[in-house]
Amino acid sequence: MNDKGKIVTGLVIFAALVSFPFWYNLGKAAPPPEVVLTDKAKAAKECVLPKDEIRTEHMQLLDVWRDTQVRDGQTVYINAKGKSYIMSLSNTCLDCHSNYKDFCDRCHVYASVDPYCFDCHIDNPKETK
Amino acid sequence: MKDLPKPKDFYSRLRHKPGSTDWMDTPVDIRKGMYCYAANPKSLNTLSAPFARDWNPVEEDWKLPENWQQILHEGFKERLERFRSFKVFMDICVRCGACADKCHFFIGTGDPRNMPVLRAELLRSVYRNDFTTFGKLLGRFGGARPMTLNVLKEWWYYMFQCSECRRCSVFCPYGIDTAEITIMGRELLNLLGLNIDWIATPVSNCYMTGNHLGIQPHAYKDMLDFFVDDIEEVTGVRVEPSFNRKGADILFITPSGDVFADPGTYTCMGYMMLFHYLREKYGFDITWSTYASEGGNFGFFTSHETMKRLNAKMYAEAKRLGVKWILGGECGHMWRVINQYMDTMNGPADFLEEPVSPITGTKFENAKSTKMVHIAEFTADLIRNGKLELDKSRNNHLKVTYHDSCNPARGMGLLEEPRYVIRNVCNHFYEMPENTIREQTFCCGSGAGLNAGENMELRMAGGLPRANAVKHVHETHGVNMLACICAIDRAVFPPLMEYWVPEVGVTGLHEMVANALVMPGEKKRETDLRGEPLEGMEGDTDE
Amino acid sequence: MNVKYMYSFLAVIVLFLIAYVGTEAVGLQWLFGVLIPYAALLVFLVGFIRKVMGWARSAVPFRIPTTCGQQRTLPWIRPNSIDNPSTAGGVVVRMFLEIVAFRSLFRNTRMTTKPDGRIAYQWEIFLWLGALAFHYAFAVVVLRHLRFFLEPVPAPIKLLETVDAFFQFGLPVVYLSGVVLLIAVAYLALRRVFIPMVRYISLANDFFPLFLIFGIAFTGILMRYFSKVDILSIKALTMGLVSFSFPDTAVLKGIDGLFYGHLFFVSVLLAYFPFSKLMHLGGIFLSPTRNLPNDTRMHRHVNPWNYPVHVHTYQEYEDDFREKMVEAGLPVDKPLAPAEAEKE
Repeated sequence: MNDKGKIVTGLVIFAALVSFPFWYNLGKAAPPPEVVLTDKAKAAKECVLPKDEIRTEHMQLLDVWRDTQVRDGQTVYINAKGKSYIMSLSNTCLDCHSNYKDFCDRCHVYASVDPYCFDCHIDNPKETK
Repeated sequence: MKDLPKPKDFYSRLRHKPGSTDWMDTPVDIRKGMYCYAANPKSLNTLSAPFARDWNPVEEDWKLPENWQQILHEGFKERLERFRSFKVFMDICVRCGACADKCHFFIGTGDPRNMPVLRAELLRSVYRNDFTTFGKLLGRFGGARPMTLNVLKEWWYYMFQCSECRRCSVFCPYGIDTAEITIMGRELLNLLGLNIDWIATPVSNCYMTGNHLGIQPHAYKDMLDFFVDDIEEVTGVRVEPSFNRKGADILFITPSGDVFADPGTYTCMGYMMLFHYLREKYGFDITWSTYASEGGNFGFFTSHETMKRLNAKMYAEAKRLGVKWILGGECGHMWRVINQYMDTMNGPADFLEEPVSPITGTKFENAKSTKMVHIAEFTADLIRNGKLELDKSRNNHLKVTYHDSCNPARGMGLLEEPRYVIRNVCNHFYEMPENTIREQTFCCGSGAGLNAGENMELRMAGGLPRANAVKHVHETHGVNMLACICAIDRAVFPPLMEYWVPEVGVTGLHEMVANALVMPGEKKRETDLRGEPLEGMEGDTDE
Repeated sequence: MNVKYMYSFLAVIVLFLIAYVGTEAVGLQWLFGVLIPYAALLVFLVGFIRKVMGWARSAVPFRIPTTCGQQRTLPWIRPNSIDNPSTAGGVVVRMFLEIVAFRSLFRNTRMTTKPDGRIAYQWEIFLWLGALAFHYAFAVVVLRHLRFFLEPVPAPIKLLETVDAFFQFGLPVVYLSGVVLLIAVAYLALRRVFIPMVRYISLANDFFPLFLIFGIAFTGILMRYFSKVDILSIKALTMGLVSFSFPDTAVLKGIDGLFYGHLFFVSVLLAYFPFSKLMHLGGIFLSPTRNLPNDTRMHRHVNPWNYPVHVHTYQEYEDDFREKMVEAGLPVDKPLAPAEAEKE
């Protein structure tokens, strides 16, 4: 019985599958996206939290905001520097970062993250997803 | 048997616990009652097997050739190249342990090295050491160990505590077949002349006289002539078997054990009566052979080469006699050899015709290349086509259960044919529990050449799961007869039953067929073939 | 104390520390982030192919399927065409079920010896469940990770993520596969440690990959839910790996050592794979007791190395016994020589 042909075919398929990302991206570099800051954001200079922190923790912060607002009825958040913010995605975050497509979406799409926040909170940027 | 503890004690001493030391650090204890005697050098010489000598497994010195390690290493390498099964099975076991409690020898002995996974590890550990980079690098930590005298003794002891039944292979997620491992292990041991006598001597006999028991042609005929007399006594019909007859339609080959020892002899009488019936009614033309007078093949338990050398007789004799096809009797490993090896080794059988039942016209399509039909297939076809006149009530004194022999079950798939025959020849048939029959059947505990006398403890241990299942139907349904289609079964079940379930007898399929078969011109039957009175016929003797 | 699992456990800890210290303290981000992953992938692919080709080189002299059901025989007896296939189609179904559903393991039973003398066999499903959960969870985790290696991320991968995060709890949303993987691998490892017979048969080679995979899942979960590594820089690196255009060293340096530990674990697993029992991934396809039909009485299987052997021919047999055969009235091919005949 000569089954070498079948085995080699199987191995070729296997190798093709394993190396699939190399073929898929062939020659295309995919550097991380640059986000665009609106003038308003630029002018504000600082965000609710320091840049590094807000980058990795913004979803946690929003989660805390939602719970505090909805369950405890508090509406104001005071950060470490003593500055206060209204706890609202639409009215605070998206107020500065009103460029959903060039800000939020850039990283979310790159990292394939699809938060359901924007299923509702998309009114302020006045853009459609 | 007399050295054995009482069955109750045997059972209650059973422990399925690991050893206190790692198995690689536990020296092998070659224990009386568990091993078979070393091969007689004369028997090895018949087949020019290497290193024939007198040696004793329990002695320190096994009188090995100086370069024995090299011989094993080269033998191992050669087999890795020749058998993909061996190579793949050496590499891919994950030791999940699913096989462990599937082995009848492990269940019956509790010896951890009888878990199929460890039995294979005995070889695998040496494989890692000799043939894999990681094994060489990591040594013992990587599960590798060098081949030493102790390892060799361990191999020998445990390769002859496996009956190649393949039950573990059914449960293995990769289909790793310990039978294959044992076959390779035994081949390697045979390179050093380390066979057991219960295999080597039947092999030598079979080579020279045509059968394992060494029955010479004239004696073979004599024995069947005795059966002719016995049959006449019971039925009043004189059957006339023919031998070595050229020009017969069909050649019949069956294990010689059935010619020699009860209760197989009654199965043999059954064949003779069936053939006579078919000849009288339909002109059926079949011959026996004294040259190919062995269906079984203990060469299979020695090496692939020896198997081929013994098996060659079947086709050679069929060719010489000019028959159309071959009919094979009830035997276990014989049928694995015929189903999975014969045509490949000794075919193509282009001098034979595709088998067709001369009585029913049924074409045995599934045997169109090997040209060899199993008698259970043949008889089932006869019954299905209404060609046999059967009086089931003659088996009314039997409450029958059926043991699937390992090889027809897991190396062939002959499950329904014998059951169909049983249901048509007797009224009381009860199946054993599901996990102990069909492809999950348990071995008799004495297969693959382990049916010697000196290893009785091993045999009773290995047969325990089977006996336990028989005991279950004996207690729940009053089963008193264990039917099987294997000559080794018929030889080894009587002592096994006597030990574990004393009230149960052993029978072949065609013994029951013959009891039920209404022969043309027969006298009123008062007893079965064993001379035991038939139910409801006791008073009739006065007539 | 069992050397086999303790050393395997220690080995995994040490591997993590090597990568963590190597990047955080020594600054070998290029080594652990780029060079080692490439080398590991190369070893994996070449090793895998070589191993399988090594198996392929060995002959399949006989057709030895384990038959787990009724053979194909008389037309009125229903064959079990999956567990005892007689055709290539049957084999394909059998292999498919074996590979995707672990059909043989599904049959698993557990034997117990009862004090009343009965031996009982119960269906034992946990090993099958554990194995299945482990393999499928691992497969989903691997596929999900394609989001780091493909840009744009294809829809099927996104869909898989959505399904995997079906219950939408936790933040970031918990992927079920990661949790299942961690539990299953822990079950498989603890089973080896606590069931005496399984511990007895286990080698260091069995514990090591389990601990390693546990380590991979554990570091992964840590990064996603707890320590929050910089995912954009990580994707920059992983995309660099598959497109051969790497981000600046500063980006690499900015990634937490935990990630390099994770990546090093994966690299070790890849490099270890072809030399270990993990090759059952390829081996299952080549298992001769499963991938062949039980049809050798119908079609002759050819053994490539079938060599002629010595047999004891009928002629030799008759020479040995001619006189006795003639005396018993058995037919012979060659009559007795006149001298011998006279003696009678």
